[in-house]
Amino acid sequence: MKEEQKVVTRQADGNKRIYFDHAATTAIHPEVMAVLTDALENNYGNPSSFYKEGNVAARAMNKAREKIAELLDVKAEEIFFTSGGTESDNWAIKGAAQAQKKKGKHLITSTIEHHAVLHSMEALEKDGYEITYLEVDSDGLVRPDDLRKAIRPDTILVSIMYANNEIGTIQPIKELGEICQEHKVLFHSDAVQALGAVPLRPKDLGVDLMSFSGHKLYGPKGIGILYKRKGARIAQFIDGGAQERKQRGGTENVPSMIALAKAVEIAYSDMEGEAQRQIRLRDRLINEIPKVVSHAKLNGHPSTRLPNNVNFSFEFIEGESILLLLDAYGYACSSGSACTSASLDPSHVLLAIGLPHEVAHGSLRISLGRENTDADVDRFLKDLPKVIQRLRDMSPLYEDYKNNKIEALIPHEGGNSLVRKGGYGI
Amino acid sequence: MEYSEKVMDHFMNPRNMGEIPDATVSGTVGNPVCGDIMKIDLKIENDIITDAKFKTFGCGSAIATSSMATELVIGKNTLDALDISNKAVAEALDGLPAVKLHCSVLAEQAIKKALKGYFEAEGRMTPELAEKFKILNEDEDEEDSADEHGCCLHE
Repeated sequence: MKEEQKVVTRQADGNKRIYFDHAATTAIHPEVMAVLTDALENNYGNPSSFYKEGNVAARAMNKAREKIAELLDVKAEEIFFTSGGTESDNWAIKGAAQAQKKKGKHLITSTIEHHAVLHSMEALEKDGYEITYLEVDSDGLVRPDDLRKAIRPDTILVSIMYANNEIGTIQPIKELGEICQEHKVLFHSDAVQALGAVPLRPKDLGVDLMSFSGHKLYGPKGIGILYKRKGARIAQFIDGGAQERKQRGGTENVPSMIALAKAVEIAYSDMEGEAQRQIRLRDRLINEIPKVVSHAKLNGHPSTRLPNNVNFSFEFIEGESILLLLDAYGYACSSGSACTSASLDPSHVLLAIGLPHEVAHGSLRISLGRENTDADVDRFLKDLPKVIQRLRDMSPLYEDYKNNKIEALIPHEGGNSLVRKGGYGI
Repeated sequence: MEYSEKVMDHFMNPRNMGEIPDATVSGTVGNPVCGDIMKIDLKIENDIITDAKFKTFGCGSAIATSSMATELVIGKNTLDALDISNKAVAEALDGLPAVKLHCSVLAEQAIKKALKGYFEAEGRMTPELAEKFKILNEDEDEEDSADEHGCCLHE
């Protein structure tokens, strides 16, 4: 392999690299990798073919589908493989809109959804559909009463994510699902961040459609799932052959399906224990970061959040420069800063929970994973204050704060709320 | 996205970071709402810029362009300093990603804002010279758009 393609596992200073960005993607699990390479070699046949190679692939594919269905406690024919979370979201939303347009052209979602959902909704808006965007509270929660009020006779789909990818807040999906059932409206939930992280049974939640992705739980990229409850009517999205019960054309990605089944199996084998372990690390970061860095605001719900998600805003500095310095110290993290997006606007999620732009620009997301340990957290808690202080020493805003020219927006001792809602007004 | 080695060098080892307590002039541009503020202090003696220091709130390239701008400006006479363009700053850093070019614009603006104060205080501002400060008016336009759209689109 070429040198520049290799993953660097150690820094020049000898310290190991610490990967804190599992919400972006995960490294493939060695056992999943073994299954995948074996399947690439041996399950190359086309499942639609009438000979041994095809039959072998078809059998392996069915087994993978059944395994996933068993773990999610759904029927195998309710599992549809897709190219990933984005396709699943597009299919659920656009497919529902297409199939239900005689009933109505109104859909409901929240302001903090993933772009795969929001941009699908925007595409429908251009096509004459009407979308209601539910606002969230300062912890990022959708209020079930708001949903109840928003549903109309012509509402055809509600799409609310299970857990937010940036701030980790977990929505009251069961309660929202009950409201949709009462009103006989299809309910879709993007559960890309939740699969394998928290116990999740679509049947118990009252969802009709649910999106999943492989690469967020140590599986391969380019494979995902749309759970479609039997009887939920949506139009097909990818036209082609008769694959996936004539619902999604294209020769099946059998090796990735097998690998995904393995990844889900591994996640479910120790989910409770691993979640508890990550929650402990998460809460160490949540509790200890404000003790080592002043003016640090926790974003997202303090407890109803993904086991692996930590999101803070650090006042007076900008997120991309935090990431670059942390990278130099050996950490891979993420930010909702405008400078890390192509749009020059800070994260729509952070703005939706009421952060002023100034505070949203200085955000940092840490998303933990299987390989992270207490030692990683210890090292991070030593390095983070150095990074933040170095950038604050460069910041004219921090200088203005020290000279009493501006008031801080985040309390010195940190916490989950702002001193005041507006910006600096300068 | 990847920065050039020069950008990373100026970000990791910024030159001339800080303040000049007895600065002759100072220029601050940008807006916290947009995520970048640049402040450049200049010490001018006998019409020569003898020292420059910066403080910046912003991304990696904002810090690197500030650092580079101070390096370019030190030792120049005030008229020559007016010829430092955003393009020159970006080129001196071996280029910037397209979405980051506004950082070099900000660096040019910070220098010019400081020098504008200098020429005005010296009573040397002429209509001809004022032409050289046109880039500062673009800043005002941006602030207008910041109010409208919630964030700046410097391009």
